[in-house]
Amino acid sequence: MGSSIVQAIIDGVLTGGVYALMAAGLTLIFGVMDIINVAQGIFVILGAYLSYSLSVHAGIDPFLGLLITIPALFVVGIGVEWGFMRRLKEGDRTAMSILVTYAVSIVIEGVLNISFTVNYVQIHAWYVNRSVHLLGFYLPYIYVFGFVLAAVLLIALYALLYRTRFGASVRASLQDRTAARLVGIDVRRVSTISFGIGVAVTAAGGMVFGATNAFNASTSYDLISRLLAIVILGGLGSMGGALVAAVFMLVLEDVVAVAWSPIWATAVFFAALVVVLSIRPAGLFGRQVARAQ
Amino acid sequence: MHGGISRRKLTAAGLGSLITAGALAGGLVASSAGAADHAAPKAATPITIGVSLSLSGDFSADGQAFQRGYQLWAKDVNRAGGLLGRPVKLDIVSDASSPTQVVTNYQKLISVNHVNLLFGPFSTLLTVPASKIAYRFGYALVEGAGGAPAVFANGLHNVFDVSLPVVDNLVQFAKWIASMPASQRPKTAAYPTSNDPFTEPQIAPAQRILQKAGVKTVYSKVFPAEVTDYTPIADAVAASHAQVVVLGSVDVPTVSSFIQAFAQQHYNPKAFIATGGPDQGAAFVKAVGASNTNGVMVPNGWYPGYANASSRKMVSEYVKQYGGTASGINSDVAEAYSVGQVVAQAVTATKSLDNAKLIAYMHGNHTFSSVQGPVKFDKLGENGAAAAFAFQWQKGKFVQVLPAHDSNSVKIQYPKANWGS
Repeated sequence: MGSSIVQAIIDGVLTGGVYALMAAGLTLIFGVMDIINVAQGIFVILGAYLSYSLSVHAGIDPFLGLLITIPALFVVGIGVEWGFMRRLKEGDRTAMSILVTYAVSIVIEGVLNISFTVNYVQIHAWYVNRSVHLLGFYLPYIYVFGFVLAAVLLIALYALLYRTRFGASVRASLQDRTAARLVGIDVRRVSTISFGIGVAVTAAGGMVFGATNAFNASTSYDLISRLLAIVILGGLGSMGGALVAAVFMLVLEDVVAVAWSPIWATAVFFAALVVVLSIRPAGLFGRQVARAQ
Repeated sequence: MHGGISRRKLTAAGLGSLITAGALAGGLVASSAGAADHAAPKAATPITIGVSLSLSGDFSADGQAFQRGYQLWAKDVNRAGGLLGRPVKLDIVSDASSPTQVVTNYQKLISVNHVNLLFGPFSTLLTVPASKIAYRFGYALVEGAGGAPAVFANGLHNVFDVSLPVVDNLVQFAKWIASMPASQRPKTAAYPTSNDPFTEPQIAPAQRILQKAGVKTVYSKVFPAEVTDYTPIADAVAASHAQVVVLGSVDVPTVSSFIQAFAQQHYNPKAFIATGGPDQGAAFVKAVGASNTNGVMVPNGWYPGYANASSRKMVSEYVKQYGGTASGINSDVAEAYSVGQVVAQAVTATKSLDNAKLIAYMHGNHTFSSVQGPVKFDKLGENGAAAAFAFQWQKGKFVQVLPAHDSNSVKIQYPKANWGS
């Protein structure tokens, strides 16, 4: 049992990194724009399908393919923000964003169903089914690579936010959009680019998800509820929180599944979520005071 | 493959189901009508058959395979002159895999669209509410993917399942293991299963047979229909070193995740059977990779190579219409096609579209023929004449392996080949 639990913890940490990658964009978009992007699940699946297509039709390795899929989803994100999000009024932006992004997800789901059919597919590469044996445990390459990718991208996002002028603009917008405007920040431009970045990072999460799970467009419904739970636990707007929450969720569920019963794993996580939120209503790393605007 | 439902409907069942169902329904009704127009006497009023199918959502792969089966049957019937001299028209609406939407759909099909007959939806959990609506309005509900005990537990006399009752699904496999000489018989077995009305009833009988034969249970746990990550469950099964794995699965992703985790853990059981997923033909191969299918088994009542004249004809027509190969055909297609065949025979025999007469006739101890073999309903509406088989993927081909004495069965691959071979 002891080694099984250790293996479950390893699984949880590695998978948690991938979920953090998918959730990072969601929390960034909310933080900057007050938009709850329920289309994030379908953007993940879109990223998975793009990687799948490049792999199957062009023979491009899924990780290498990110050089194409990340910019592609950045453009998609920019397009969605320009086409829909910026037209939302400030006052009811958050509520309306749920409806608008849900509509966007339905449209993308329909396009994917027509383009790829509803049959499940999975991304295949030499490392998908292989693992490395380390200290008595098998570590699947795909999860290790995925975790490293998640770490690199999250660090890059962190550097972008905390080491660049653009990042300072984003953080200012995160804190107070009106004040940011008053000091000369082009909040609209920051929002557009942030939305693009938030969607772009899902390309990486989608690729790893597509290599570890069979998926079709409907799979997005499973994802979005998970991703929302992660960003709420981590604190809306906090990327570090997303990482901690994702790892916490996956480790807790995996350990409960092995030590007790898989049937209780999800329930225990949501019970933990309720407990955390009752103590810290803004989540683990969320701001305690809501924004003024 | 029959599936249950999951909690995935959290988001799908609301606005999404309405939008998607509405959008899909419009197009599909039109396309179904097009198929029906193929046909028979133009002057005759079409016989309309209402169906709710999961054309989006979790069961969309199965739902769309069912749609193809129904449409193929309608095309064949109309080509042959229709039913009672009238063309058949399918009125298909999407339930987005939601048990709530399926209720709305059948109510609308009956009360607003005034369909003459009903065909069943996909999955046990959608069939249960659908059968209650059909019962309330006095309609017969003939279906091909609602064979779990939950469907018949309500004691409704209007529901008829043309496929193999699910509790019998794994019996052939379990008996085969039990019949092995003690020296060759596996010593241990694992039974991970989804908490689904389709899977759970199958596991218990198989487990009883194997335990009685001395095969020790080393893992037996139920997991939710929706799991964030199957890896720890699959890893725990691998850690048990069970020689046989009986997986209660409803779809391809579940089987795919287990196979991937087993391969990563360098764990290769001697026998691996999954209740659903491997029967989905090309879709299964595409998801798990051809090299990982070798030796994987699945119980069912039909496969594309089934030695039955009408099955061969249907397979040939399917390949002609949709392309691909025979092995790539989802068994849902045959289940749907069988529904149409049975209803057609009942309508022809009674010369009536009166649902009360049809219900009485189908309970009348008559034997129907279908692409899945004979159909004879018992007092519950289950198909007591259904044949039980087990199939196995062998070097890219989906072949019948059980019952072993059947002339159409090929030698079972045991122990199964290593993953990736």
